[in-house]
Amino acid sequence: MTVVNSSSTPSLFARLIDTGAHQKLLAFASLIMLLIGFSIASPNFMQTSNMIAILQATSVNGVLAVAATLVIITGGIDLSVGTLMTFCAVIAGVVLTNLGMPLPIGVLAAIGAGAFCGLCSGTFVAKMKIPPFIATLGMMLILKGLSLVISDTRPIYFNDTPGFDQISRGSLIGDIFPALPIPNGVLILFIVALAAAYILGRTVLGRYTFALGSNEEAVRLSGVNTDFWKMSVYSLAGAICGIAGILIASRLNSAQPALGLGYELEAIAAVVIGGTSLSGGRGTVLGTLIGALIMAVLTNGLRVLSVAQEWQTVVTGAIIILAVYADMVRKKKA
Amino acid sequence: MLTRRHIIGAASAVALMLSGNIASAQETYIPLVSKGFQHQFWQAVKAGADQASEEFGVAITFEGPDNETMVDRQIDMLAAALAKNPTAIGFAALDSQAAIPLLRQAQEKGIPVIAFDSGVDSDIPVTTASTDNIAAASLAADKMAEKIGGSGKVAVVAHDQTSRTGVDRRDGFLNRIKDKYPDIEVVTVQYGAGDHLKSTELTKAILTANPDLKGIFGTNEGSAIGVVNGVSEMGKSDLVIIGYDSGKAQKDAIRSGLMAGAITQNPVGIGYETVKAALEASQGKEVPAHIDTGFYYYDSSNIDDPKIAAVLYD
Repeated sequence: MTVVNSSSTPSLFARLIDTGAHQKLLAFASLIMLLIGFSIASPNFMQTSNMIAILQATSVNGVLAVAATLVIITGGIDLSVGTLMTFCAVIAGVVLTNLGMPLPIGVLAAIGAGAFCGLCSGTFVAKMKIPPFIATLGMMLILKGLSLVISDTRPIYFNDTPGFDQISRGSLIGDIFPALPIPNGVLILFIVALAAAYILGRTVLGRYTFALGSNEEAVRLSGVNTDFWKMSVYSLAGAICGIAGILIASRLNSAQPALGLGYELEAIAAVVIGGTSLSGGRGTVLGTLIGALIMAVLTNGLRVLSVAQEWQTVVTGAIIILAVYADMVRKKKA
Repeated sequence: MLTRRHIIGAASAVALMLSGNIASAQETYIPLVSKGFQHQFWQAVKAGADQASEEFGVAITFEGPDNETMVDRQIDMLAAALAKNPTAIGFAALDSQAAIPLLRQAQEKGIPVIAFDSGVDSDIPVTTASTDNIAAASLAADKMAEKIGGSGKVAVVAHDQTSRTGVDRRDGFLNRIKDKYPDIEVVTVQYGAGDHLKSTELTKAILTANPDLKGIFGTNEGSAIGVVNGVSEMGKSDLVIIGYDSGKAQKDAIRSGLMAGAITQNPVGIGYETVKAALEASQGKEVPAHIDTGFYYYDSSNIDDPKIAAVLYD
């Protein structure tokens, strides 16, 4: 694939990490320091089972945050990621449990439904020129309602689909290395993140994603079909939400139709902590991944320290503001 | 670099300061993972747990997701609670199935699990501390019979036909009427999902169809308020309304006489009994398979009684 307008040609690794590599290093250093801090504060924190619990708690939010990253880099926003995830989970439930189809078809249906809904959001934004905030707010509500309608407001269980819960709960790594029972859900998160990083760094779609966020008008004037590329990004993000839907449904062994509202904000928080700019044009998947991990470590660590729940929320909010502020200060100096 | 390091350092320090009561390995520590946190009902459960924590000198924490749809968040909370190697765990499952792998993990580690508020569909919990909804609804039936003079037509506006509480409260009421009061006829049972407006419409339809109705039982807060609204919109004043739970609107209706009275659960007792049973189970003592945390009937005569007022919420 050709890369548009690249004056330098960094190595694949550097491209995956982004040019501002040391910024990611900073976020990474914060993550390590949180881990060390919590380990000193509580002997129960640094156990294999707790680390796995943290990774598992990251998996769904991480995948959603990757989807949100793509859209945010174009200068847009996607508020529908949480309820779209639920919608896709419900679709999987209908296909697998109500219609009794085989497992792969259910997974494909969920991802397909995600891509289609993403395409709808993309069409509203690109063709109908509705601001992304409004278009995806509308989608968020539509999908929340549809999930309840389709499921008849009851959870759909996957007991008749053997192996479905293994998608998230099982552990391929653990089968090979019994000492490291990392759940498949985490593996899927890393695969999704790697794929998204590759698309952003090495493909035309990736280059246009950044270009749309930097200066959409210039891209359009240079003869690029910006509508097409924008719709492609929203579809891709939707498909990734479909994967998140499978992950959460598998983890709960059920599609919970009322779940999902509020998840978009946590995904956006992870994206922002990871250094992606809400004004578009700049961001990395690796940063988002670290951002999602920071959120999960913080939540888990405060719980293990038995910090009162009211204060957990206060601390998390403060950390988001501090992390973004520190990032801005650093950039001014640079 | 320095800035970020300072910030994280400061944040960790804040976190440490806030966690004044970190449970050490030797201390008896019982985390409660509930269905909710910020609702008045759950705060009352927490108050009961705190009371037991002080009385028995055990450390507890009380956590629950922001709303009752966040099944995965509750699982994460349970995982963090397990990581702390607790003495025992109190758990009110949002979805039994989703929690089973973690509950099994607790069982393997030898950590007793106490279910509270609603049961867990599994044999892992050693006991369940909850309201005996069947007995509570039977009491509602007795009160209804007493107020309408032992004969006549009544109706039930229930909150749902599938959940444990919905089924138990409906059947507790219906069976009691059938067994003990042959002259009372239950003309209909309608379901309003606990939604105020839906229950209001249902009530009006029931009253239209049965102008000679003597009383209505509403099986939860939303249903009961809906019944009150429906009855007053229809301009009826001689109907006996019995409600369930509390909340400001229901308390006002009882004070003003619109509602005859209501059953209240004892959320404080649920929290207290859960911690007590957890402690006993961890010491190897026998605990009953089900702990009834109690309930009361309250009306305008005893609504301000300290014992009753303590378990009511706004």
